[in-house]
Amino acid sequence: MTSLNTIEPKVEERHVEATNGTRRVVIEPVTRVEGHGKVVIHLDEKGEVSQARLHIVEFRGFERFVQGRPYWEVPVLVQRLCGICPVSHHLAAAKAMDMVIGVDKLTPTAEKMRRLMHYGQTYQSHALHFFHLASPDLLFGFDADVAVRNVIGVAAAHPELAVQGVMMRKFGQEVIKATAGKKIHGTGAIPGGINKNLSIAERDVFLKDIEQQMTWARGALKVAMDYTVANLEKLAPFGTFESNHAGLVAPDGAMDLYDGGLRAIDADGNIIFDHMAPAKYAEFLAEEVRPWSYMKFPFIRSIGPENGWYRVGPLSRVNVCNRIDTPEAEEARKVFMAVTQNKPNHITMAYHWARMIELLHSAEKIVELLHDPDLQGSDLMAKGEFRGEGMAIIEAPRGSLFHHYRVDENDQVTMANLIVSTTSNNEPMNRAVSSVAKTYLSGKTITEGLLNHIEVAIRAYDPCLSCATHALGQMPLVVDLVDHEGNVLDHKAKG
Amino acid sequence: MGAEEKRFLVIGYGNPGRLDDGLGPALAEAIEALALPAVTVEADYQLRVEDAALIAEHDVVVFADASVDGEAPFYVERLEASATMSFSTHSLQPKALLGLARDLFQSRTSAYLLGIRGYTFNAFGERLEAQAKENLSAATAYLTEVLRQRDESLLEKRCRVSAVASSTVL
Repeated sequence: MTSLNTIEPKVEERHVEATNGTRRVVIEPVTRVEGHGKVVIHLDEKGEVSQARLHIVEFRGFERFVQGRPYWEVPVLVQRLCGICPVSHHLAAAKAMDMVIGVDKLTPTAEKMRRLMHYGQTYQSHALHFFHLASPDLLFGFDADVAVRNVIGVAAAHPELAVQGVMMRKFGQEVIKATAGKKIHGTGAIPGGINKNLSIAERDVFLKDIEQQMTWARGALKVAMDYTVANLEKLAPFGTFESNHAGLVAPDGAMDLYDGGLRAIDADGNIIFDHMAPAKYAEFLAEEVRPWSYMKFPFIRSIGPENGWYRVGPLSRVNVCNRIDTPEAEEARKVFMAVTQNKPNHITMAYHWARMIELLHSAEKIVELLHDPDLQGSDLMAKGEFRGEGMAIIEAPRGSLFHHYRVDENDQVTMANLIVSTTSNNEPMNRAVSSVAKTYLSGKTITEGLLNHIEVAIRAYDPCLSCATHALGQMPLVVDLVDHEGNVLDHKAKG
Repeated sequence: MGAEEKRFLVIGYGNPGRLDDGLGPALAEAIEALALPAVTVEADYQLRVEDAALIAEHDVVVFADASVDGEAPFYVERLEASATMSFSTHSLQPKALLGLARDLFQSRTSAYLLGIRGYTFNAFGERLEAQAKENLSAATAYLTEVLRQRDESLLEKRCRVSAVASSTVL
């Protein structure tokens, strides 16, 4: 689901490419539970780590699935893509379809309802990730026994935090339900606008809870910040490397999770491009195919594949913006940026801190919107002249998400192209895993410690490993250690 | 507590856009249409942490999901809470969710897995295989009877019948 301009090649075609290299690397075919992560650590002749590769098996074919479907169905259909961030796909598709039907500006009620939906999604997603996936690593340490280092362990040792995580998640889901119509398969956003407003009764339910949510969001931010600052010496080098960063910004350079232009900066903070309109994405970005991976590697065209790869997501968004337009998150951003003397922060583990800044920002935006009478407006739809093509970018919880569609005169989709945030973070995750492997691999065996550290590094990016499936069952992390001749020296799997 | 006082929760989950993976939500939809008293029905792509709070508000929960290689047309399995979590996904297993419900919300809810046999999963498409539809009908009829009577012992009895089968539920 990650090609630029073209529909994804068939699996067989990729396989041929994979056999053109000097060594054939066999990647498991798409399985029932796609989306598991596989790491292969390659050793050189001296037995030292030459590189580590993260293989994420993702399901493809969605672009073909939507071909022939009427364009107005797409914002609902795309939610099938991902059980984790359906709202992001819903909104990205709706935005692209706005362009398809020639709507460049939504009514105030429509835009604010969509934003409320989006902040609700970001809020619940970030809360879930932090409390239930990341906090066990932070509270118990990377080396803690996995039997304890999980959310059940958090529930036992810090029950108040675990309950907060559940209740914050629940609040965000209710915001989604009120704006999208239901928690899953929402129909709220439609090409040209929205199909409902927020009633006074719905608003008042949220207003009753929002102060508690703000308190919890502040607390979560404090946990992440205090942990990062207190452990900076240990965290700073962990899976860390310098990189470019990309994210949406508003016309004034402020963070904007719903709309705006794409800004990319280099490792020193210099702007590579700014306010890139979604329609121009193929001019600025390209994707590299590597023989060993099904997932592509996006890069900035003007720099090239070698050095043009970039990171997306909370860390990048905080790095690229000039400011945040809500007061408490802005104060938190200043503290965050001061750690690196206002230069881009490249610390992989700082993703967690940045994610919590966005959590608080989302809560503040929800407060702001709940007090806006436009949400009770009745002008829900805008009209325009049919164009037949539309592109959109939205900042999904995990990073920039691109949707691009072409629609024919019969209103049927003829082409769809998506770049999901985990694809943009593909190279960075590979770098993070390589860095960890070089630091923590000792000898020719994969220790539990190494496995834990790889897991922690990948988790910082909050990768979406389960597109299009609910994935009941273990989502294993599989790690292979391979010598310079391709012999597998060790193999470990983690549920 | 008498059978007639028990509150049942049915959670049907899976991706309706992935062929037979939609069996769980399809069952939830069918049960919800019956509007049975004291029965709460949820449908979702996957289990979520906030379901723990909902589970704690009920006496019996039935997780309905598609089964890749289980007994046809369906099987029932008793579930116990566990502390097993997955590596990195926002989805949960029923047993882990029960663990959360127990530890966070002091839940004592009885739990069962209703695995409905499906056959085709590896493609996009919003339809069920013919045999999967038949299995769904059988599972719906069975669960409807359980819920109409609000009789947990019917689930227990079916567990014993299904105990011989081992399967993969996805």
